[in-house]
Amino acid sequence: MTLTLPPQAAPAPTLQPTGWLRYFSFSVDHKVIGLQYLVCGFLFYLVGGALAGAIRTELLTPISDFLPRETYNEMLTLHGTVMIFLWIVPVVNGAFGNYLIPFYVGARDMAFPRLNAVAFWLIPPAGLLLIGSYFIAGAGASQSGWTAYPPLSLTTPATGQVIWILSVLLLGGSSIFGGINFIATVLKMRRPGLGMMQLPMYCWAMLGTSILVVLSTPVLAGTLVLLSFDIIAHTGFFNPALGGNAVVYQHLFWFYSHPAVYIMVLPAFGLVSEILPVHARKPLFGYTTMVYSILAIVFLGLIVWAHHMFTSGTPPWMRLFFTIATSFIAVPTGIKFFNWLATLWGGKLNLNSAMLFSCAFIVNFVFGGITGVALAQVPFDIHVHDTYFVVGHFHYIVYGGTVFVIFSSVYHWYPKFTGRLLNEPLGQAHFWLTFVGFNLCFAPQHWLGLNGMPRRVAEYDPQFTWMNQLSSAGALLMAISTLPFLVNVVVSAFQGKVAGDNPWNALTPEWLTSSPPPVENWKGEAPLVTHPYGYGSAPDAIDLKATSGRDLWSSGRR
Amino acid sequence: MTSTSVGASPGEGRGPGNTPGPGEAPGSGHHAHPDHSLTGFVLFLASESLVFLAFFAGYAVLKTGSLSWYPAGVEGLEWREPLRYTAVLLSSSGTIALAEHFLERGRLGLFRGFWLLTMAMGALFLAGQVLEWRGLAFGFTDGVFANLFYLLTGFHGLHVAAGIVLMGVMLVRSLTPSSGGGHRGLQAAGLFWHFVDVIWVVLFLLLYVWR
Repeated sequence: MTLTLPPQAAPAPTLQPTGWLRYFSFSVDHKVIGLQYLVCGFLFYLVGGALAGAIRTELLTPISDFLPRETYNEMLTLHGTVMIFLWIVPVVNGAFGNYLIPFYVGARDMAFPRLNAVAFWLIPPAGLLLIGSYFIAGAGASQSGWTAYPPLSLTTPATGQVIWILSVLLLGGSSIFGGINFIATVLKMRRPGLGMMQLPMYCWAMLGTSILVVLSTPVLAGTLVLLSFDIIAHTGFFNPALGGNAVVYQHLFWFYSHPAVYIMVLPAFGLVSEILPVHARKPLFGYTTMVYSILAIVFLGLIVWAHHMFTSGTPPWMRLFFTIATSFIAVPTGIKFFNWLATLWGGKLNLNSAMLFSCAFIVNFVFGGITGVALAQVPFDIHVHDTYFVVGHFHYIVYGGTVFVIFSSVYHWYPKFTGRLLNEPLGQAHFWLTFVGFNLCFAPQHWLGLNGMPRRVAEYDPQFTWMNQLSSAGALLMAISTLPFLVNVVVSAFQGKVAGDNPWNALTPEWLTSSPPPVENWKGEAPLVTHPYGYGSAPDAIDLKATSGRDLWSSGRR
Repeated sequence: MTSTSVGASPGEGRGPGNTPGPGEAPGSGHHAHPDHSLTGFVLFLASESLVFLAFFAGYAVLKTGSLSWYPAGVEGLEWREPLRYTAVLLSSSGTIALAEHFLERGRLGLFRGFWLLTMAMGALFLAGQVLEWRGLAFGFTDGVFANLFYLLTGFHGLHVAAGIVLMGVMLVRSLTPSSGGGHRGLQAAGLFWHFVDVIWVVLFLLLYVWR
């Protein structure tokens, strides 16, 4: 297939400052901030991965022999908090959102560039604070898990818990600032002539996600303030001994933390919607239904939180309502999955690393979605509540779903970030190690949970030993899979094949400028892209005049 | 926290008025874009209102599930004095609207007068709050109602104080004629003040009226 790009001017002196020190500065350039989020998040991923390694090593044997029990509790709390608040949320929102959204709306930067920089620079201190709490002599890190349920969080050592709260409050603030910025950018910064229904799908995903961030994160913040009063000032909001109610905490916590799952997966849905059409050379199937599905998920996501609390004495009407509402989420999610399959159907698939990770996302997420619908059913949920079944389900969603998409996105956009391609054989090695390791690690956990192995405990019944060792072997493969990726991203930055501006012949606006792009994204006016997925359409089906004179719609069948 | 969004508004390098064109910043190659700080501020208020909503929901659930709500020896709160201060706070929403009205007519003197009056009414409300706190028979840790009472009134009081500071900043800026973007700052301060008022109405109903 051939694509003719408009003749590019000879490489003109770029506006971009070239010093690497800008990545350590209070830069207001959305591309610099995006990469700051990405690299910072990946460093925290390595920390969270090491913590997971410690957990899986402890679980090789039924007895608590590798770590003291308290240390194990600290490890699992830090693992959950680091992975959610310092890796997945910042990267899938902050990193790709900041890098891509201004391109997609045809803007030169975000609506509030300085607020953007503030939002990023809250993250490293919060992360260091959280991890540093482990090293405080005599106190240690929080031990109450990432959910910090009272009364557990009121009885575990107070210093670590308060530092945990402080850190999560900082990260929540960062998240809210980012969300405000994304909503304002998508709604207000669109290039003249660009309609909402012409935006690339990731814009819609980020708009929906940011609505969830802005509406639900403050509830978590308020709740944690109350919890810190309970710990420091001995108030009784959540302390039954003082007349409070611990279940109120659970309601408020899950009012944020269930939408948080969508804050982690909706952007991934958006990113996959960008990647699949490019490498399948087909338009995104069902654009309009995709948009409405996102909005439906946003709405439903706000009214399903109590399905985490079926064992917390919830009354029958509540169980009924939340079961039905939760099951309904499968409908818009299912629409999106069928749309992706229809996008792939009959396409000219280029099974490179980006595409492999995206396709594996579909497989993993469908499995996690099925167990999710199962968990929404009260009788089943009561059976497996707080067991490894939930751990398996959750990791299929956030790792098999979102983290696979993050890797896919790195392979897809690395040429845009650096101007060089990643090494493909190393990428394939990374993919297969991750895919096999991930499934080996988390699939057996469903069986463990069904048979009654509780989560968050360092010791278990000896009958579960073999299955746990299998799971730990998978975790080892996942750890090894990081090595080819690390080598690839570091070496390719200097020695990778030069990519050119648009190595994938993509049509979305970020590819219609140089790689890496200049400081204000385009030398001239921003291109008006009204058909971001016009791959393979018949040439006369598209209004070429409306496309700034670009002739990018060649289908190869001409 | 409350002033972050507004604080970002004056200095974004924007020209006066609402008509920034592309490429207006000279020489640097920077393309200016319109100032959306008011949009950002409204989103921030939406976010902020959810914190209050969480507290209100928590209050309602804790109260309906509680056997003995008020601290020992307390039958309920004295509501007549707080009602007077409520009237002061609510009418200050009117005075700030008047101030903005006079600003639109270009009558700066009247604008400053009503703006200052609004600040004074806010301060009076805060003083009333402090007086009430000092006269109460229970402290912060005397049961869940006491916890919630001090938390809610304190958190709201912080917002009132932040609103007064915000209005003070805007008043000072109205005296220095050349600073751009002030109009949006005034609108933001006005929105914030109405927001604080609405929150207080709900709070008053929850704390004083609902026995």
